[in-house]
Amino acid sequence: MNTVTLNRRTLLKAGGTLVISFPLLPALAQTRTPAAGPPDARQIDSWIAINSDNTATVYLGFVELGQGCSTALLQVAAEELDLAMTQVSTVRHDTNITPNQGGTYSSAAMHRGAPQVQRAAAEARQALLALAAQRLQLPVDRLRVENGIVSGRGDDNASVTYGELIGDKQFKLAFTGTAPLKDPATYKLVTKPLPRNDIPLKAKGSYAFMQHQRLPGMLHGRIVRPRGQGAYKDGVQIVSVDAASIAGIAGAKVLRQGNFLGVVAPREWDAVRAAQQLKVQWRQPANLPGNADLFKRMQASAPDDRVARDEGDLAAIKTAAVTSEFTGYGPYQAHVPFAPNCALADVKGDGALVLCSSQDIYNTRTNVSALLGLKPEQVRVQYHDGAGTFGHSCWDDVAQAAALMSQLCGAPVRVQFMRWDEHGWDTYGPAHLGKVKASATADGKLLTYEYHGWQHHWALIETTEQSGKGTAAAEWPAMSAMQINPLVLGGQYKIPNIKLVNHHVPGVDYLKGAWLRSPLDLAMAFASEQAIDDLAFKLGRDAYEFRLQNMVDEHWIGVLQAAAKAANWQARPSAKNLSKAEVVTGRGIGLGTHLASWGGAVAEVEVNRKTGMVRVLHIAGAIDAGRVVNPSNVENQLIGQLTQAASRMLHEEVTFNTTNVTSLDWSTYPILRFAEAPRITPVIVQRIQDEPLGAGEEVMAAAAAAIANAFFDATGKRMDRFPFTPERVLATLG
Amino acid sequence: MADSSKFRLNGSEVAVTSAADTPLLYVLSDELKLQGPRFGCGLAQCGSCSVLVDGVELRSCVTPLSAVAGKTVTTLEGLPALHAASKGLAKVPEYTPLQQALIDTQAIQCGFCTNGIQIKATELLSKNPAPSEQDIRTAMNGHLCRCGTYPKIIAAIQQAARSMGGKA
Ligand code: FES
Ligand code: FES
Repeated sequence: MNTVTLNRRTLLKAGGTLVISFPLLPALAQTRTPAAGPPDARQIDSWIAINSDNTATVYLGFVELGQGCSTALLQVAAEELDLAMTQVSTVRHDTNITPNQGGTYSSAAMHRGAPQVQRAAAEARQALLALAAQRLQLPVDRLRVENGIVSGRGDDNASVTYGELIGDKQFKLAFTGTAPLKDPATYKLVTKPLPRNDIPLKAKGSYAFMQHQRLPGMLHGRIVRPRGQGAYKDGVQIVSVDAASIAGIAGAKVLRQGNFLGVVAPREWDAVRAAQQLKVQWRQPANLPGNADLFKRMQASAPDDRVARDEGDLAAIKTAAVTSEFTGYGPYQAHVPFAPNCALADVKGDGALVLCSSQDIYNTRTNVSALLGLKPEQVRVQYHDGAGTFGHSCWDDVAQAAALMSQLCGAPVRVQFMRWDEHGWDTYGPAHLGKVKASATADGKLLTYEYHGWQHHWALIETTEQSGKGTAAAEWPAMSAMQINPLVLGGQYKIPNIKLVNHHVPGVDYLKGAWLRSPLDLAMAFASEQAIDDLAFKLGRDAYEFRLQNMVDEHWIGVLQAAAKAANWQARPSAKNLSKAEVVTGRGIGLGTHLASWGGAVAEVEVNRKTGMVRVLHIAGAIDAGRVVNPSNVENQLIGQLTQAASRMLHEEVTFNTTNVTSLDWSTYPILRFAEAPRITPVIVQRIQDEPLGAGEEVMAAAAAAIANAFFDATGKRMDRFPFTPERVLATLG
Repeated sequence: MADSSKFRLNGSEVAVTSAADTPLLYVLSDELKLQGPRFGCGLAQCGSCSVLVDGVELRSCVTPLSAVAGKTVTTLEGLPALHAASKGLAKVPEYTPLQQALIDTQAIQCGFCTNGIQIKATELLSKNPAPSEQDIRTAMNGHLCRCGTYPKIIAAIQQAARSMGGKA
């Protein structure tokens, strides 16, 4: 057998498990087209297949990122189908097999994914019950299902399994989304903290990550670029390449198309050495502002204003008892997954197979096919997880690089970015400058709130395409997560007079940007929630009580109270009776979110006034994400995002001079480590009757604000920029 | 001098063809196709590539093959057997106590860092069977977890110590 039609029917016959044997892959080029996805999302068969062994295969459009969504979405399906967890499984994400549910970002896996999977499962169950009613000669309302076995209620003891009813056959049913859903009060699996199905293999080391994938005849590739990107519009500019400089490395070859440069070699270490030794002269224009002038230039270069919210009249500030004005500076921050991104591509004349860690395989298919000059249907993209990526790190860029290099050399090519490639050519979370002016009445009511935010959008064109095809740098058109976020900027409170103004900075003049876990929210909450805190301080009020007095939304109130309770918040005005000791401590509170859900946090920090070292000792973070399907997963997500928030507030900043980024590894871009990791108290506000919302990033903004406010409580001074490096802390303390 | 292409790996002698100055990481992951040691930085900064050499944690990304000639290398794949040998167990368990603790506490997010975490924690527990939280934080400080799973990893190491009989 040397061909295999990897369409969905074959999978079903094989027991529903996608078994890919690499030696067969080249043959897929001929059989790929008929199955080219996405499968029709309006058909139940695109979502669920019942196998003859009475198990179900669920086709998910969201990828596992270590957040546990592959387990949680199966919980949702099993619940609605009345199957046990051992009876459900899923398959690898593959543009020829799995549905297109859009990218796995903005914490979408449960928010957008769970309702679709739940409704598809309910509809499949409804169809199965109709079949069973026929078979058992009983009305549907006399049937009960347990573990996929349908039987009569009471003394009707005849039974039939799902597998016997439809095993390995299609439903041939339109997905209408109209089947009744279970009453959440009867849930047996959903809301239970079930263990993740991928953890045992990961613990043993037998889980194959993207970085472990191989194809026969494969070459190892490395990209060759200057160490650290310059301005996005400048891309990569080669003056000359001395191919002879790697002549001593057996089998190493230079691949070049336009300004795209790479090397390949049969052995990985030879590819690494060749990339390091290849002599290249670059042109590196000095078009960046450098860290020192960044915010000045951003503010000067953004005439493009958009009013995001405008209610009441800011002139009311004239009657305010207290006002607060604050400018906050948030740096560029990097995704930098623990392992750099990796991809493996096999490009033949009429088709391509790309294995990568894309969070959005259908979008990757579009951009890779354009780069290769193929039609999207000729490109098959498969997802294999790499290290946690927290947004758009270099996975598209590396997939494009592998595809282009395979096309250039005619063999499968595995490209892994080096540490400096990933750090230096990331699409960073953009810098943000926020100016806030707020006021309150003498009796503690928020009166006015004005916010101006400056930032640029995300990079639309990957560096591989930009350098290899000459496509000009371009930004994404405006979308909510790239702009100021009304939910974080005063949206937590009842404020009669409020105005939010967005300033779009032209992004091609700066570093490449993209979404980084809770995009812009940390910087916005950092500025906004410090101003709110300052009003409470000026009124001599407790920061928690002052907020509570100004809140009406039960979700916000719920997370504020839950975080305060978990941290055992003691009401008192902040920064009173400041200690003169060398090491001082303080506690702070904050509220924030991303695009849905609600987050509240209380942080406790320690500041060494002599060394300027800041440590976050504890964070209690509460989330209201509607119905939490798997509390154990969400607990892990809270621990991860709160730890990362502490890391981003204390350590993380992309540094650059006027020509290039200089944060190229873990010493020039430090992150939080074991020794200083804060204790975390994760709190879930469970709302079982509500639809699930995202939980992967929504408490980070609250934590960022809580850390800043805790610093103030400890020292009586406000940090106006992060990360809180010792130099900045000492300068602020004066 | 020992033949630089031979060393003991997870209980058996291996002979490899990589050049003597090849970093051990590429010998293990590229030539021998092991999945435990994995590339993270290539700069001895993260611990992704860690292995035990004669029981001591070492960064294989900056260690030439020649440096382990004639020595005993243990990777993630060999930890259950190493545990069985150190405890005199008749059978190699499916999971080490540390792996079991990581599973029980769900102390893995993406799971990429777990290789180095387990290698370093194994070294720690072999020297200090009952480490305090501070001992763990100090010993593990050279290993990064970008997912921020630190608190759970600390708890898992403590649980493993308890289940191996150490009293923390
Ligand atoms: S890969 Fe060796 S320490 Fe990072
Ligand atoms: S679990 Fe992802 S880096 Fe540690």
